[in-house]
Amino acid sequence: MSTRLFGEAVPRREDPRLLTGQGRYLDDLGPGALAAAFVRSPHAHARIRDIDVSAALDVEGLVAVYTWEDLPERVGRPLPLLIPHPALTHGRTARPLARDVVRHVGEPVVMVVAADRYLAEDACALIEVDYEVLEPVAGLEEAARGARLVHDDVPGNVGAHLVQEVPSAAGRSAGEAIDAAPHTLSFRLDIERSASMPLEGRGVYARWDGADLRVYSSTQTSTSVRMAVAAALELPLPRVEVIAPDVGGGFGVKIVHPWPEELLVPWAAMLLGREVKWAEDRREHFVAAAHERGQVHRVRVGFDDDGRVLGLDVSILHDHGAYTPYGIIVPIVTSTQLLGPYKIGAYRVEFTAVYTNTVQVTPYRGAGRPQGVFCMERTMDKIARHLGKDRTEVRAANLIQPDEFPYDQGMTFQDGRPLVYDSGDYPEMLRLVKELIGWDSFERAPGRGIGIGCYVEGTGVGPYEGGHVQITSDGRVHVSTGLTSQGQGHETVFAQIAATELGVPIERVSVVTGDTRRFGYAVGTFASRAAVMSGNAIALACAEVRRKALRVAAAALEADPADLTVTDGLVHVVGAPSASIPLGTVAVLANPLRYAFDEETARATQFAGVAAPDRPPVAPGEEPGLEGRGYYSPIRSTFAAGMHAAVVETDPETAEIKIVRYAVVHDCGRLINPMIVEGQIHGGVAQGIGGALYERMAYDADGQLLNASFMDFLMPYATEIPAVETGHLETPSPLNPLGIKGAGEAGVIPVSAVIASAVEDAEGVNIDRMPLSPSDLFHLREGA
Amino acid sequence: MKPPPFSHHAPRDLGEALEVLAGAGPRGKVLAGGQSLIPMLNMRLAAPEHVIDINRLEELDTVEAGPDGVTVGALARHARVARAGVHPLLGQALRLVAHPVIRNRGTVVGSLVHADPAAELPAALAVLGGSVRLARAGAAPRDVAAAEFFTGPMESALRPGELAVSARFPALPPRTGTAFTEVSRRHGDYALAGVCAVVTLDDDLRVASARLACIGVGPVPLVVDLGADWKRAADAVRERAEPDGDVHATAAYRLHLAGVLARRAVEQAVERAIGRAAREAAA
Amino acid sequence: MTAEHEITLVVNGAARRARVPGRRLLSDCLRHDLGLTGTHVGCEHGVCGCCTVLLDGEPVRSCLTLAVTVDGREITTVEGLAGPGGLSPVQRAFAECHALQCGFCTPGFLCTVTALLRERPAPTDEEIREGISGNLCRCTGYQNIVKAVHRAAELLAEES
Repeated sequence: MSTRLFGEAVPRREDPRLLTGQGRYLDDLGPGALAAAFVRSPHAHARIRDIDVSAALDVEGLVAVYTWEDLPERVGRPLPLLIPHPALTHGRTARPLARDVVRHVGEPVVMVVAADRYLAEDACALIEVDYEVLEPVAGLEEAARGARLVHDDVPGNVGAHLVQEVPSAAGRSAGEAIDAAPHTLSFRLDIERSASMPLEGRGVYARWDGADLRVYSSTQTSTSVRMAVAAALELPLPRVEVIAPDVGGGFGVKIVHPWPEELLVPWAAMLLGREVKWAEDRREHFVAAAHERGQVHRVRVGFDDDGRVLGLDVSILHDHGAYTPYGIIVPIVTSTQLLGPYKIGAYRVEFTAVYTNTVQVTPYRGAGRPQGVFCMERTMDKIARHLGKDRTEVRAANLIQPDEFPYDQGMTFQDGRPLVYDSGDYPEMLRLVKELIGWDSFERAPGRGIGIGCYVEGTGVGPYEGGHVQITSDGRVHVSTGLTSQGQGHETVFAQIAATELGVPIERVSVVTGDTRRFGYAVGTFASRAAVMSGNAIALACAEVRRKALRVAAAALEADPADLTVTDGLVHVVGAPSASIPLGTVAVLANPLRYAFDEETARATQFAGVAAPDRPPVAPGEEPGLEGRGYYSPIRSTFAAGMHAAVVETDPETAEIKIVRYAVVHDCGRLINPMIVEGQIHGGVAQGIGGALYERMAYDADGQLLNASFMDFLMPYATEIPAVETGHLETPSPLNPLGIKGAGEAGVIPVSAVIASAVEDAEGVNIDRMPLSPSDLFHLREGA
Repeated sequence: MKPPPFSHHAPRDLGEALEVLAGAGPRGKVLAGGQSLIPMLNMRLAAPEHVIDINRLEELDTVEAGPDGVTVGALARHARVARAGVHPLLGQALRLVAHPVIRNRGTVVGSLVHADPAAELPAALAVLGGSVRLARAGAAPRDVAAAEFFTGPMESALRPGELAVSARFPALPPRTGTAFTEVSRRHGDYALAGVCAVVTLDDDLRVASARLACIGVGPVPLVVDLGADWKRAADAVRERAEPDGDVHATAAYRLHLAGVLARRAVEQAVERAIGRAAREAAA
Repeated sequence: MTAEHEITLVVNGAARRARVPGRRLLSDCLRHDLGLTGTHVGCEHGVCGCCTVLLDGEPVRSCLTLAVTVDGREITTVEGLAGPGGLSPVQRAFAECHALQCGFCTPGFLCTVTALLRERPAPTDEEIREGISGNLCRCTGYQNIVKAVHRAAELLAEES
């Protein structure tokens, strides 16, 4: 191949439009659409006694007001529970509009449609809802006490309870192994709530022409929204198309679907026969989307004199908020990914997922891993401290060795498949990160500390993704895949793959994602899976197209297909580039025509003499055209890994914490585009730093979110984020043809663990709770 | 998050503005830079019937420096006042106000009238003993000293129908240095606590007077007069400050912080006073 | 009480008229009345910086500005940054340095940085971080944005 695009830092093909204001985000569409707005509950827990909309009816420009009573049965019923699990014995989801009880501040109660958003908000302000305020369940521990209930029919507020146990090689249980260990420690670790917080909120825009419904949604899964919308609105699936336009960040929150608004907006558009749009504002996003991270962990660990873990017992209390639309994926991920790059003698993990009167909890980049890694890495640090050993030495003593892959952790992962690591080189990674940060030569001083955190991340979970590749008579290559994009550069990396696999210049390749008109089967963009899943599917589709192209070209060139190759979009005999045929012409020849539409296609018409008179123009088993479809469905996840280290300085008086250096060594298998992977890591680390030092969702005892604005929910600016130093290690995955693993979530996962490790090193106080503010550190010092 | 409906008035001169404002009374709100008012409108936390937009009153876009001090007109924006470089403490305070883009639009007088207890400019005015000039239709303007102007969190002595037309920041005496120190969660956020200091030396370069104003530790800027006893800064502040806790910091931490920052501010101001005294002696 | 106002804005060099109520935010006027959807809205309380545009050359928050207040003034949006020769040096530098991912915050950064480099043609790292400290980005971690500002400064210096 003339150009090796796979592995190159190819400039992003998305950028020209995004840099010139030509991106098309949800609220940029449908300039004449009606605007929806919602009356949302101001109470964490209340019974709706009455809704009086009369005052709103005078608002000029008002089109419609809907309450639950207006909804047809299929729309008004509880939203789907997306991922059922046998342990989720009491799964509960909200109705699109509250019927009788509201269970968190922000729950939608009334939908208003008006000529524009200003008027819709005017109407909302005039609608009076009479609530009987109920006592809220605020805080994990209050929920666990179960004295008050979020759902009357969920005893003890417990939605799910799951125990997983892996005995030691000698058949000992974790409890036995810990009791028999030379050293034991037990402690509690807390992580507070944060949220994905993309800069573009959610949004839905729907058009109904009397027969067909087109829905645009700022979603991470358009195919699944389509199925949910078609089912709820009782429309034949082919009559519904869902498109994810340019999406201004997702980070997990936009994988949830169907959101109430994703059903209500299309429903209203059909009912009114008008285009309707809802663009979520920031205040709504804080109280009506989803949060994550809030968990309490009780850890008991037994270990030997070298710091080798002999037994580990972790008990997790997971805050699920008011509903469980996404099932119990987050605590399952915590439970399993907690193990990281280590082999643990015996392991027992138990979680209890409880309801609280707060916004529902669904995955946010990392999806339970930051909590699990915080547990394990704090444990490693505590072991080192107990034994007076270097923290990296204790980690080294526990690492899975390169010759032990595939390594079976003996558990069931979030995809319902065995937790078996495919490949990796953890000792080398530890060596690299220590070298990068200068671990062994670090000069410790009061108020100056160094920390480390290691993780393994299951990426590229199934069940599948597909890709479609079509070469048209102009020689252009059209690639589509069903999953969506929120800034990951899919148009670039998938074009790199297609250009490499087909042997065409990348300029001729275009990629469409998240448009069900182009590709109807997909799962979605989450779990660092897009590159692995759609990347391999597109490669498979390309291989099929290439095979066909060579077959068709071979006939035209009177050559053996095995002797042909493609260079710069020309099919030719290997080593003889003079006799060649462009792929566009091959596409023409692959589609026998009666009617020509230009000179080129005239070559494929019935009197042009290409077809043998003794065979049908389209041979049995063939299809017209030069296109192919491929699906990739892996047996199980790939496992990426990384190790981060940081140097921090703390102010002895003000307790301010400054990250002086931050180093990352990362292994996501083969890199498709190193520039994009690096960008993903930078962004992940920044979100991790947000979670470690700045961001928390502060609920009061009444279930009110006290900091529902960018003034008080402290997403870091450029002034808070240090430069990140990166190093890469490439251990290809043996599970997929391209040898890749996912990279999307990597950066965020160990950051809280790393910062806790470094601050603890600088300060000598136990850091058992994140995020850590200067105020928190001040009190830890006071208590020391 | 869209503003509620209101009538927008864009008076062409001060007289017209005062007339409109008088007519609107408590139902009116003045719009200058809008960097505090418009967020409140967008969140519908404020719902004035009349918005009196003074952005056309170029006569109020003034920064006048004289021997007695600096008078800043109601339409002078932070960035412009900072660029004018007319008062050391004002410059130090303005560097800490939000972000550069906000400073392009927000006004100094607007920030004073907004009276956020964690904002920098009210403290600067208070420590200097400055004043705000309030005008109303058909009456002589009144000057309200900082000590009387800030009456509570987000509350000032401004009455309905009045327009704050200017603020006066008194000039510094000779051999005087100033400093503004604060700790905020993120760069540009409202301070968890902050302290500004004005220190004047006597002829023998000993501290003759030290005055502080603290932010974030009470309902209004807390002014502490240390006299010559500048080394007591931390203790003096901690004795008098009564901070509240919130989602960002506990009251105890804020109290501790105010003490630390008081000491740092005074020390920095002393250093600068010595430098200035030396320059003045040389001149 | 909500009379509409006829206003004229000079947007990206062209006079544009709109009829707006007093409460119409400049961000909404640009996006919905004038169809210039490149200016994005991320928080509507002035913190995120997505809606930053240039008002007579100075960056301001269009979500904290009433359209009627700036009647008659000159506004530059992201759509007006590129010259007849293509992308501006700042835009080119952002592409070159991978300073954007989802692209939602990007128009605000581009406007802020364009003005920053006019005032400081060769900023230090610290000046850059301070200069862009009013703009949130949730994707990039800012590192490549800082790099892009340095690169844009180089490109501008080469051009002049």
